[in-house]
Amino acid sequence: MSWFDKLMPSRIRTQRRSRSVPEGLWVKCEACSAQLYRAELKRNLYVCPKCEHHLRIGARERLEMFLDANSEHEIAAKLEPQDPLRFRDSRRYRERLSTAQKETGETDALVVMAGTLKAIPLVAAAFEYRFIGGSMGSAVGERFVRGVQYCIEHRRPFVCFSASGGARMQEALFSLFQMSKTSAALAALGESGLPYVSVMTDPTMGGVSASIASLGDINVAEPRSLIGFAGPRVIQQTVGETLPEGFQRAELLLEKGALDMIVDRRKVRDEIASLLAKLTDRPEVS
Amino acid sequence: MDLKFLGFEQPIAELEARIDELKFVGDDSEVNVSEEIERLRRRSESLTRNIFSNLSAWQIAQLARHPQRPYTLDYIARCFTDFQELHGDRMYADDASIIACIARLQGQPVVVIGHQKGRDTRERVMRNYGMARPEGYRKALRLMRLAEKFRLPVITLIDTAGAYPGVGAEERGQSEAIARNLIAMAGLRTPIVSLVTGEGGSGGALAIGVADRVFMLQYSIYSVISPEGCASILWRSADKAEAAAEAMGITAERLLKLGLVDEVIAEPLGGAHRDPQATSEAVKNALLQALAELQPMPPDELIAARRKKLFGFGVYKEG
Repeated sequence: MSWFDKLMPSRIRTQRRSRSVPEGLWVKCEACSAQLYRAELKRNLYVCPKCEHHLRIGARERLEMFLDANSEHEIAAKLEPQDPLRFRDSRRYRERLSTAQKETGETDALVVMAGTLKAIPLVAAAFEYRFIGGSMGSAVGERFVRGVQYCIEHRRPFVCFSASGGARMQEALFSLFQMSKTSAALAALGESGLPYVSVMTDPTMGGVSASIASLGDINVAEPRSLIGFAGPRVIQQTVGETLPEGFQRAELLLEKGALDMIVDRRKVRDEIASLLAKLTDRPEVS
Repeated sequence: MDLKFLGFEQPIAELEARIDELKFVGDDSEVNVSEEIERLRRRSESLTRNIFSNLSAWQIAQLARHPQRPYTLDYIARCFTDFQELHGDRMYADDASIIACIARLQGQPVVVIGHQKGRDTRERVMRNYGMARPEGYRKALRLMRLAEKFRLPVITLIDTAGAYPGVGAEERGQSEAIARNLIAMAGLRTPIVSLVTGEGGSGGALAIGVADRVFMLQYSIYSVISPEGCASILWRSADKAEAAAEAMGITAERLLKLGLVDEVIAEPLGGAHRDPQATSEAVKNALLQALAELQPMPPDELIAARRKKLFGFGVYKEG
């Protein structure tokens, strides 16, 4: 943000959201270092055309590219996070929240939309990783539950794209209990006979991995995503040796049986639409 | 076994040491020291009362991790009868860091599941310091399903630093094992009562902690991450664990006020390890009371109430 933007009161700033991929005409692929033309990269859904690395993307972009154009409306958009513990470390939690809100244009780390996917009505949720590491606190948990409840009410499938470091420390036990709260919502969804597809993207760790992300009727991941419970550094400290190559990457998880499939971002619409059509007894989608 | 004192209990430890010395003298001298001993005892007690009336979150965390604190097996021995341990997840292994058994609570059959830390080095290694791997959570789930099938209530005793962060645990699906328990417990058609006896460490605790009633012992803690872990991430220094413990509000008293747990069970003066028998009796009474309330409920009603409680967790603003 320029000095001029900073002078303006936040409510009149026009720029509503920034992107995970840094602004500019050219973008450098963090995996192969190739210089990529932004417009082309965007057309390619932020997958590097040279090495197929999947760049991290924001929640809103994710849902825009996943759902049919102009089909969507947001659920529980007006929910806002609170600071029940008046938490303060090196910074106040309230400050961290307002910084994250300004930087992302989101009120919290989960965006939930009702819309259609190839004309199949559904609800899709996506984590915004740039919002305090996509961490799950009370507002995220409540939004997730509202999304699931909408599905139960309107007989729709649910899809969630996770990108999260885990439970949000600043809401302490409230955050931990979002794991059981969101899982309880998924229990109800399952009892209603409605499918849930979990799409794990880079990274999906900790409390999010150990609740909603692992509970899909179908568990999908994007290529090369880091997925696990404990962080690699913590494990390395515990075991005291270097971690094996490819540890906690989607490909290894597939090999170990934790995933149904790894899906290239450019195929996500096709694959999930085909799955949902079969699970909800609809004709083949094109 | 000699009582071990924590850093903040040092003044008490010194008094107790003097009492022991006097006792030794009293045994083989003609000087009558019993009055002096009695005087020091009273002082020790009032000092303990004083120190324990104003404990910080960090001091309580140390008590929760006290090496002499009663563990799951101690509660099983004191609160339950006719105890039979059951082993294995039927898929991979038996995880000794989680005890699972069928026992009787005042004659009534129940399933008891709890983390078990070790007392000495050998046992600690065998129990993996009470940190479960996926097979531990899957064993717990298997026993919960057994309980559901035969209509036995489930009692879980929580005391873990967290789920084990290891290569094998990750590769066998630590996340999935925890998540599976959360969703299963949210729909288990039999009463579940959980008690945090020591450390309620993160997902590894919650994986057996989704319940109709959640109790905490007075000097137990329950948190999303250990104070040390929180400090090293947010303060970038593990030395700030004390501040992190305070900020996260990990104590039973605070969590009761926040509405996150249902009841705090008082511990004897000086902590549960000073009088495991009295602690166990208080625990037993609380469990019996909870089961008396929950058991008459039809399963559908029970689950509806449990979910209502789960959906109620969280503080947010409806803008």
